Amino acid sequence: MKGYAKTPVGAHYGLGDWLLQRLTAVVMALYTLGLAACLLWHAPAAYADWKAIFSGTFARVTTMLFFTALLYHAWIGMRDIFMDYLKATSLRLALETAVVIVLVLYLIWAASILWGR
Amino acid sequence: MDSAPATRPSTPRRPKYYDLSPAHLPPPGLVSIFHRVTGALLFFPVLPGLLYVLQCALGSEAEFARVRDFFAHPLVKVVMLGVIWLYAHHFFAGLRYLLLDVHVGIAKQPARTSAVAVLVLGVLATALIAWRVL
Repeated sequence: MKGYAKTPVGAHYGLGDWLLQRLTAVVMALYTLGLAACLLWHAPAAYADWKAIFSGTFARVTTMLFFTALLYHAWIGMRDIFMDYLKATSLRLALETAVVIVLVLYLIWAASILWGR
Repeated sequence: MDSAPATRPSTPRRPKYYDLSPAHLPPPGLVSIFHRVTGALLFFPVLPGLLYVLQCALGSEAEFARVRDFFAHPLVKVVMLGVIWLYAHHFFAGLRYLLLDVHVGIAKQPARTSAVAVLVLGVLATALIAWRVL
């Protein structure tokens, strides 16, 4: 093929996505350890205990940070999987679009759980 | 006069075929494919499931009781073992990749040892959480 041909694979070649996947992984790993420690410390059993854990501003903000990191992390991961196995561009782009929409919905859902009601 | 080149027994036969079935993968290969599969499954269906449970558990007293009763079911507990392993394996495998990225344990033998450690830690963490929580 001659000349300029754009291959719509969705990859941004370079350090950006690679680094972002690692940074978001660190954020989520720290949150996981923090939440595990919190649950071990408080040992929530009743509804009020769980409600109390997720009602503080710090807990809400860090949980939201976790889900935001997850959005980027899962996007890069799912995109890599599609790029590896799906050769048909139409199918790949359709599924990548679906993943983006689903991930944004997850984020909105998480925010509504934490701040809604 | 024989002009055929002598075949040395140490020469690897070409082309070389790799057996890539999971049953024959070395530990680092197992960790890798499990990392990918667990990641995909965490995206769907684990994540929406988790959000739904969180929504119910934080929703109201009655909904919380419904969630608690649901997780008391033995079959649900078995499924939860699997879900916990998905997260645990993805977690430990991810830590290993972060270390490899900064060139910690990148030689063949340490990488193989850490891969076995990841596989063992995933199961151990699942057992520990199951024993404490389920």
